[in-house]
Amino acid sequence: MTNVGNMQAGVVGTAPVAARPTIQVVPLRGLPIVAAVVAFVIASIAGNWLWALTFCHVVGGGLWTAIDLFVGLIVGPILGRLSLAARAEFTARFMPKMVLLMPTLVLMTLAAGFQLALKLGNLSPDSPNHGWLVASFCVVGVMAVIALGVLEPANIAVLFEMRKPNPDGAVIAKLMRRFVMTAGITGVMQVATLIIMTRVATQ
Amino acid sequence: MSAVPAVAPESALSRRFPPVAGLTTVSLGLVVIGGILMASYAPRRPPLGVPVAITAVSAALLLVSGYLTSRLRPFDWDRFFLVFRWALLAYVISAGMIGFAFVKDHVRGAPLAVVLVMLVIFALDVPLIIAFTVARYSSPAVHAGPIPDVSQPA
Repeated sequence: MTNVGNMQAGVVGTAPVAARPTIQVVPLRGLPIVAAVVAFVIASIAGNWLWALTFCHVVGGGLWTAIDLFVGLIVGPILGRLSLAARAEFTARFMPKMVLLMPTLVLMTLAAGFQLALKLGNLSPDSPNHGWLVASFCVVGVMAVIALGVLEPANIAVLFEMRKPNPDGAVIAKLMRRFVMTAGITGVMQVATLIIMTRVATQ
Repeated sequence: MSAVPAVAPESALSRRFPPVAGLTTVSLGLVVIGGILMASYAPRRPPLGVPVAITAVSAALLLVSGYLTSRLRPFDWDRFFLVFRWALLAYVISAGMIGFAFVKDHVRGAPLAVVLVMLVIFALDVPLIIAFTVARYSSPAVHAGPIPDVSQPA
């Protein structure tokens, strides 16, 4: 997955593409940043450090929610209306970044959030926030299954398909439809997360 | 050389596969539900009956998926294992971090064992779904036998 495939000028299905970009499924330059973020989250949990846990949860959650909403409700529908060639070119540059960015943000948000909820007593059955937090677990659970079971595999499969000397346009179109649809669903579900989290913060 | 390169004679979409991705996604969904049940009781000790039952069904689905995948012929195994091992590394780190949080929060004994089994299933489910999805579109469009493609011995 880490080796780089240089792609020649060619076609995606039957649509001619002038020059296809080099596709790196996992951007190696981003890995040190991911490692640093993961180490910071682990240190925050190990130290039970309130500021760091809040930072990880708020920054990670804010970015996760905003990116999901933006991609699902704005980029996705635009992408769905582009020509196959334009979609392929956009995807080749966009998807590898998402492969690293989204799992890191999700991990950062959830791990720090759970620890924060325990530390602040929000998970205690006596807390008025308990029910809201369980509701947020359910929303996140549905989003996780969609993201990990459908969206991410489609994302990675598209990148591998595009690295082939003769990518199959029908496969890319099918997987991109799946990506756009599931990104839209998770985008809408993020609205529920925003409602729940603002309730938790104000009770 | 032609200006318009030839398109593959038959799309990878034309071949049907056993429902590996679907079964594994259900398995993933079950461990997520089990995890929610366990987490919603924190910091108290959760009742383990339902989470254990869910984990057992999830593990059974994962095993069935693994079996169905192992019988696929022809299949792009090189690509499958390339993706699987890197995804496994990523999700072992994720699962390890979640496990660390539970240990840090003094979850011990049977509840910790159930959580750890769920995390192992989680760390296998996601790489299997990703690797299968990638490899199925890299495999020959023509299957080696009648559908489902489990007709030939390994």
